[in-house]
Amino acid sequence: MKRQEGSKGTLGEPSRGGRLMRLRGLVRKEFLQILRDPSSIAIAFVMPVVLLLLFGYGLSLDAEHVPLAVVVEEPSAETASFIGSFQHSRYFEPVPLSNMRQAEQALREHRVKGIIYLRENFAHQRRSIGAAPVQILLNGVDANTARLVQGYVNGAWEKWLELEARSNGVPLTIPVQVSERVWFNSELRSQDYLVPGLIAVIMTLIGALLTAMVMAREWERGTMEALLVTPVAIQEVLLGKLVPYFVLGMGGLILSVGTAVGLFAIPLRGSVVVLFAASSLFLLAALGMGLLISIVAKNQFVAGQIAIIVTFLPAFILSGFIFDIGSMPWPIQMITHLIPARYLVAILQTVFLAGNVPSVIWPNGAALLLMAILFLSLGRWKSHKRLE
Amino acid sequence: MWQRVAALIVKEFLALLKDPKSRFVIVIPPMIQLLVFGYAATFDLNDIPYAVYNEDPGAEGRELLAGFRLSPHFREIAHLSHDADIAPLIDKREVLLVVHIGPRFSRDLATAQSASVQVIVDGRNSNTALLALGYVRSIVHRFNDQWAARHGQPKPPAQLEMRAWFNPNLESRWFIVPGIVALLTLVVTMLVTALSVAREREQGTFDQLLVTPFRPAEILLGKALPGFIIGIGEATVIVLLAIFWFKVPLWGSLLTLYTGITLFLVSAIGVGLMISSLAVTQQQGLLGAFFFLVPAIILSGFATPIANMPSFIQKITLVNPMRYFMEILRGVFLEGMPFLMLVDQFWPMAVIGGVNLTLAGWLFRRRLY
Repeated sequence: MKRQEGSKGTLGEPSRGGRLMRLRGLVRKEFLQILRDPSSIAIAFVMPVVLLLLFGYGLSLDAEHVPLAVVVEEPSAETASFIGSFQHSRYFEPVPLSNMRQAEQALREHRVKGIIYLRENFAHQRRSIGAAPVQILLNGVDANTARLVQGYVNGAWEKWLELEARSNGVPLTIPVQVSERVWFNSELRSQDYLVPGLIAVIMTLIGALLTAMVMAREWERGTMEALLVTPVAIQEVLLGKLVPYFVLGMGGLILSVGTAVGLFAIPLRGSVVVLFAASSLFLLAALGMGLLISIVAKNQFVAGQIAIIVTFLPAFILSGFIFDIGSMPWPIQMITHLIPARYLVAILQTVFLAGNVPSVIWPNGAALLLMAILFLSLGRWKSHKRLE
Repeated sequence: MWQRVAALIVKEFLALLKDPKSRFVIVIPPMIQLLVFGYAATFDLNDIPYAVYNEDPGAEGRELLAGFRLSPHFREIAHLSHDADIAPLIDKREVLLVVHIGPRFSRDLATAQSASVQVIVDGRNSNTALLALGYVRSIVHRFNDQWAARHGQPKPPAQLEMRAWFNPNLESRWFIVPGIVALLTLVVTMLVTALSVAREREQGTFDQLLVTPFRPAEILLGKALPGFIIGIGEATVIVLLAIFWFKVPLWGSLLTLYTGITLFLVSAIGVGLMISSLAVTQQQGLLGAFFFLVPAIILSGFATPIANMPSFIQKITLVNPMRYFMEILRGVFLEGMPFLMLVDQFWPMAVIGGVNLTLAGWLFRRRLY
């Protein structure tokens, strides 16, 4: 309700009392309407939790227990030791098969993600040349997973080299060893990076869904005309729409953050104040976008269609929540600047995992403020108190 | 009967296309989105921004760093001279990683045959971090091989030869673009169907429709076919763009592909009409559309593999028609899967579509308020 108090002063002195009363009446009317059609309540309170649960568990880039076919043409102590390094890893699920034909069949039918192939001369080549080839075939359709699996295979191979060297009594000397230090998310759990971004995606949906229909509905049902003959000004109508849905949206946000921290155990390293300040700016932008859609469309059917098109998929794909913006071609990077969710994702990922980094928070926060002002004033500009 | 259904279809097309805004929304944004998303949605990393903190006076350190500079995946942003410079760069996300070569690097390498290089990575995006570390390792690997060969060290006892089938260069665009075909086909179908019955209910024209001699099955057909026609049309355009613009190979047959598209449309239209006939207001219809659309996309394997999900979520995906369509699209495009191998993906979509269409038709008459 802070927002409401803040706006009182801006409404001018002369008829301050009257305006306040009118606004209160409009807000009350909107709340009643919300209570009558429980779908708004569902949007604000049920949707964030359901979606966060579903996505928090459902979206994961961590490939574990990847089924790999293992074809060993001539089993020996050497091959057993090599395969052993794949068996005791949480990344692999070795499936022993007797020949390549079966293995390729399994790869085609998606029963395995890849094949480890040790030829019959594995032990022999090891002894004679000192280097035996191991063939690894992967299903490359899911390129990202394939690349991660390549990394795991390399890791297993290095571990095997080390064990081999130790059992032969010669210490393994690798010229340069990489010592990796991962900041902010040392276990590299994809959940830790996806869930904060998800909050931004979900808030986009909530904001737009809550308001996308409301102005169009008033026009369509003719109640807008009834409002027109009253002394309320158009900005009061807009404000009367904004306040209740802002309250609902913030409720949804609190639930989302609570779920992220309480259930998914995402560390919240930055301050809660920054988190909520940035989110409320974002919510204003999202609600403003919804209102604008509603005002431009003038009928609910088109407003609904526009809301479906412009909210979810852009927020999902262009916000950097899952696909790295830095890897996109630059014209596309320019386009992502139009997506409000982009700025919130950057702030949330940083506030949750890294802490209060001013150089991330200020520019993105400013961008959010700008977006909020832009959408709200566009909405104000596009709406007028007269009949067509 | 067909004449009457045809009349309904004409009416439905008029309702959809007579409003210029609606006409625009159904046709133009999906095309634009395909182009934008096709380029945007990629897991491939290029130009990873990194900084160098080299304290080593020797030549070996410089040689190792040359490997980074020559790699197409990395872009050098800064040379650091103090430990304290590392944190601000990473915090600000100006660099994804910092390569730190200690002062004893060359000396250790010369005396002990072994040295270590420190790599500090921003883990906020865990996937990017993992992939970047993979690239780092392969650069160091190459350096090691060359160094070992030069200094007469023995080769490791086994060499890995990795190859990838179906997508030899591991381009994630080949994986994502067929997925976008499914995404946009679903969105367009929802646009056309999810609000259509709710709108008529709200405006009262649905009651009028119910008192005409139309049977529910005919009304159902009248509502479903326009969505189907628009869906097939847009899917075709999107598939053509995927093949000719994004150059994704299509190895399988068009017959298999279109069987998949048809069945997917039937199931998506079923869900859309079902939502629409459950909803009393358009607001509820919109909510229902999102409540289906969003989980359907997230749980389809579009961006993250279904195999990574916990098993109870994997069970939920079994009722998601998009999951099957995703398999079909990628199978037909990249793997050239034959028709018979995809039967297991075809029938669940037919069942989902059938059940939902029946329910929707049943709800037409029952849900009067």
